[in-house]
Formats: sequence, structure tokens, C-alpha cells
Amino acid sequence: MKILVCITHVPDTTSRISFTDNDTKFDTNGVQFIIGPYDDYALARAVELKEANGATLTVLNVGLADAEPTIRKALAIGADDAIRVNAEPSDSLFVANQIAHYAKEGGYDLILMGRESIDFNGGVVHGMVGEILGLPSISPVMTLELDGNTAQLSREIEGGKEQIEVDLPFVAGCQEPIAEWKIPNMRGIMTARTKPLNVVEPVGDETGATLVNFEMPPAKGAVKMIDADNVGELVDLLKNEAKVL
Amino acid sequence: MSVLVFVESAEGKIKKTSLEAVAYGAKMSDEVVVVAFGNVASDELESTGKYGANKVLHISDDSYNDGVIQAYATAIAQAMDQSGADALVMANSSLGTPVAARVAIKKGAGLVTNVSDLPDTSNGFEVKKSIYTGKAFATVKVDKAIKVLAIKKNAVELVEGSGSAAVEAFSPNAQDGDFATKITATKKAEGDVLLPEAEIVVSGGRGLKGPENWGMIEDLAKTLGAATGCSKPVSDMDWRPHHEHVGQTGVKVAPNLYIAVGISGAIQHLAGVNSSKNIVVINKDPEAPFFKAADYGIVGDAFEVLPKLTEAIKALK
Ligand SMILES: Cc1cc2nc3c(=O)[nH]c(=O)nc-3n(C[C@H](O)[C@H](O)[C@H](O)COP(=O)(O)OP(=O)(O)OC[C@H]3O[C@@H](n4cnc5c(N)ncnc54)[C@H](O)[C@@H]3O)c2cc1C
Ligand SMILES: Nc1ncnc2c1ncn2[C@@H]1O[C@H](COP(=O)(O)O)[C@@H](O)[C@H]1O
Repeated sequence: MKILVCITHVPDTTSRISFTDNDTKFDTNGVQFIIGPYDDYALARAVELKEANGATLTVLNVGLADAEPTIRKALAIGADDAIRVNAEPSDSLFVANQIAHYAKEGGYDLILMGRESIDFNGGVVHGMVGEILGLPSISPVMTLELDGNTAQLSREIEGGKEQIEVDLPFVAGCQEPIAEWKIPNMRGIMTARTKPLNVVEPVGDETGATLVNFEMPPAKGAVKMIDADNVGELVDLLKNEAKVL
Repeated sequence: MSVLVFVESAEGKIKKTSLEAVAYGAKMSDEVVVVAFGNVASDELESTGKYGANKVLHISDDSYNDGVIQAYATAIAQAMDQSGADALVMANSSLGTPVAARVAIKKGAGLVTNVSDLPDTSNGFEVKKSIYTGKAFATVKVDKAIKVLAIKKNAVELVEGSGSAAVEAFSPNAQDGDFATKITATKKAEGDVLLPEAEIVVSGGRGLKGPENWGMIEDLAKTLGAATGCSKPVSDMDWRPHHEHVGQTGVKVAPNLYIAVGISGAIQHLAGVNSSKNIVVINKDPEAPFFKAADYGIVGDAFEVLPKLTEAIKALK
């Protein structure tokens, strides 16, 4: 079995976000980059499936050279090899076209992604790749069990979940509790250095949307503190000031 | 421009977030057609006219009762052809977003999800979306003639008018593979207010010590007609179901009022609540970071404050 996991290289979830160049560029100053948390779930589940069923596991990132430490981390966690499509991942359609092209070339049985990237928050690349390749796409996936060629999945819906049965190959966007995040061990880190990381060039330059500029949300006003012995005052403020009761 | 709006329903009622999508479509164009699936009564469908829809294409074939992503995408693309739409609008949801992705490819459209504002058409078609999990916004220009937009809750104000939409039956032609994924069961939390749609949310964190103390949270929520939520460790420890977990890796909420009890306010939790209009924080630690993101705060023990608060609100009603 061949598994492909697509990972993003994104600012750590605790990062302070700011922009430069007239609000047209993300300010990377002092920002730590990580594997997207949802992609990390997808990767963790892929490693488990590989251990249980035997498989080769490839990770793919559409990104520039600065993403390579993040890709090496995925190799340390348990991927066998990696593909970096050497391009700025500035648009969902562009990224989806790249992934679809290399996924088709590799003939994967299972393509796992995160439910969404935590920088762009599109939640769409998996669906686009599925449609381009004519494969089912399911997201957000909370559990994934394989039995031969058939998979049982659960998908989160508002206030509940669906149980889904589907045959390989398909594309899934993953989230917790599909697997526990894995921390690379020493052996993993050592072997990751010599695992193949193939840099390939992008195909085509089609985009769906282009960035105009970034913007920060309006600043929050000061908090009003209310004495714990006086909850009535809170109720009063919620009713007459905030007008939410 | 002519707009098609995909609306979702639950138990025969069109979801509020979908009505917002209709209202959003009506701000874009006078020609608004709705596509709806499943068992929804005609008068309910007609009522989309109050928010600006002219016509409803209703797909009542039983095979569409479940939200099968591929089948819905095919049907919606065909409904766009039928109505001559050059834009598709829907709510950002666990069904809307994955469906939008596939329709965008089918139609060669430009797709934007998490849209937070109406488009600006003074210079091409520009639209604002939420990024970095609510920490910032990006304005993007759609490069394609056909647009697909999935909108966030509260992107547009919902004002009820007086129109009525004409309902027409619509039968899509399913394509090979559309039903390759089989939905074998659906489990829904019953009776409760759905978290992503709720106007008021009461959330509890690790400060509540254990699942046996959630009665306090539920009492307050019931009194307010609110949905209940929680922090990630709370759902990780199985104190509460996973679908209640709010934050960066959980549900993003945008209620009028978010009440956080015994939650420290880690940045990953805040990422899921920063679109709330008003935030109340109850925490015994005056240094809890959540107070910095709050509108109203009480430093105190949840076990004492919560019952008093519930009583005070009951007295009001
Ligand atoms: C990649 C990543 C993603 C994450 N995603 C999420 C996410 O989506 N959502 C999320 O919530 N977390 C997320 N987390 C976890 C997050 O960092 C915090 O660990 C978590 O939010 C803390 O939960 P908590 O506030 O309930 O618990 P704690 O941090 O333990 O806080 C408990 C609070 O309760 C207060 N307290 C204790 N007793 C009482 C009392 N009797 N009365 C009143 N107050 C009391 C304490 O003062 C404290 O502030 C994520 C972490 C990572 C690394
Ligand atoms: N630049 C990228 N390289 C590899 N995979 C990506 C990239 N961008 C998005 N993905 C995958 O697609 C998923 C959904 O991304 P998005 O549609 O941007 O929210 C992510 O969780 C990743 O698994």
C-alpha cells in the first residue's frame, strides 16, 4: 500500500501574527514553524496504518526551501520519503493542482491531509484534489479504520457524526481524535537526515484568488471586572449594556 | 451577476447560517436562486423569499437525504447550470466547505471560504476572509469569472422581509462514483442547541475538576437557551464529547455571548472564540490570560459563582 500525507509548514499555534510590506507579507520574525496540527494528526494515523498493515509513506509539501526542517520532522516521525514542490503555496487551487499532479504520478492508495491549514484556513485542498483526480473526498474525518480495500470512517458534522464506508483510493482531511500526535524519537531524527527529500518543480501557474492585503482585527476594549459577590451587576450589564439577555 | 445559494436544513428547518447565506446572496444580486435537499416542506422553502430568494430548486429524491459530499457537489453544479448562476454562496460548515471545494473545480471557479464580509466589486471582485484561525483577515481578489463563496456566521445581518420564493422540483443526474461513499449511520446530539450556530455558549474548562460537575454548566446553559462547550483537555479526558471542544483544533464559535468558566484562555482556545461579540470570563486566578480577551470578568470560584449567576438570570426571566 502507498500512502501520501500532505503537510503544511505553518506558524506555531502560539505565534503572534503580524504583517510587513504594507500589510502584504506575513512577518516571520521570531516565528517558530511547525507541521500543521491537523496534518500532524493525518501523519500520525498514517504512521499507525503503516505499522499495522505495511505501507510506504510519502509526505508532500508545496513550499519553498525554508519548509525543509518541517518536512524532515515528518520524516523523523515515520515517513519514508518526501516530495517538496518548489513553489510559494499562495493559493488553494494552485496547491491542489500540484498535489493532484504528483499524487497521480505516484499512484497512491490513500491520500491523507489535515482538515484545514491553520494559516489560510481554507478547508478545501482535499476536496479539490479529490475532484481533480475523480476520487471521493471526506472531511473532517475523526476516525479511520482499514479492512483490506475498504475503510470505515467517521466524519464530524454539526453536533454529531456520520459513519462512512468507502473503498480505496480516496482523499481524507483529518482531525482529532484520529490518532495522537507523535513526537520523533532519537532514531527517527537520525534516520530522517538520510531519507530522500525530492525537490520537484511546479506544474502550471493557475490560481483561483490572489492576495490584496492583510489586516488585523480591531483592538479589544478593556475588560470590566465585577465582584464575585455581586453577580447581579453582571446580569444587569449583560441585559442593559451588552443587550444579550 | 446571478447567485445560487446552497441551503442546509436540520429536521425540516432551514439552518440560520444558510438563511444568512441567502441574505448574503441577495446583497450581491437581485437574482437569487436557492438549492435545497431532502425532506423540507414547501412553506419552509418559500420562506427563503423573506431573505431575498426568488426561486427554490428542491431536490427531494431520497438518495439525497444524507449529505454525500460528491453527490451534492454534482447536483449543485447542475443547479448552477440550470439557473445560469455565475456565483455560488453557502454557509461555511462541515458539509458546505467540502462541497464548495468540489463544485469550484467542476465549474473552474475561484473559491473563497471563511468569508467574513460582503464583496467589494469596485475593482474586480474582492472579498475579505478570516485567516490564522481568527487572528487576522486577508482580502483576496477572485481571478475567475465564476465565484464560489463559503461565508462565516454573522458575515451579514439577517433582516426578515416579506417575499416568498417559488418552489420548483429539481432532479439532478447523478454521475458515476457520486455515491461511492456510503453513509451507514448518523449520530446527532438530540434536543441540544447546536454549538456552531448558538447565540449563547457556556463553556467549561479543566477548572471544573471533573465531568460530575458539569451539571452547573448545563443548568446555566439551559437557563440561557445556550449551547455547551469545553476546552480541549476536557474533551481529551472524555469529560465531554469531542464535538463540544472549542478552539484552534475544535469548533470555532461566533455567538453573541460566550461565557468561559474555569478556562485559562490559552491562545489555542481563544482562536475558536475570538469572533464572539461578548465574552464573560469566570476564573479564580486574576492572572488568567482569558481576562485580557474578555469584555466582562469575575475573579472567583466557579463552584460559588455559577449557581448564583444561574439564579440571578432565572430571576430575570
Ligand atoms: C497545537 C495545539 C492545539 C490546541 N488546540 C486547542 C483547542 O482547540 N482548544 C483548547 O481549548 N485548547 C487547545 N489546546 C490546548 C491549550 O494550549 C490549553 O492547554 C488548554 O486550552 C487549557 O485548557 P483549560 O483552560 O481548560 O485548562 P487549564 O489551562 O488547566 O486552566 C484551568 C483554569 O481553571 C481555573 N480554575 C481552577 N479551578 C477553578 C475554580 N474552582 N473556579 C474557577 N476557575 C478555576 C484556573 O485558574 C485555570 O485558569 C491546543 C494545544 C496545542 C499545542
Ligand atoms: N502547501 C501545501 N503543501 C502540502 N499540503 C497542503 C498545502 N496546503 C494545504 N495542504 C493540505 O491541505 C489541507 C487543507 O488545507 P486548506 O485547504 O488550505 O485548509 C492541509 O491540512 C494540508 O494537508
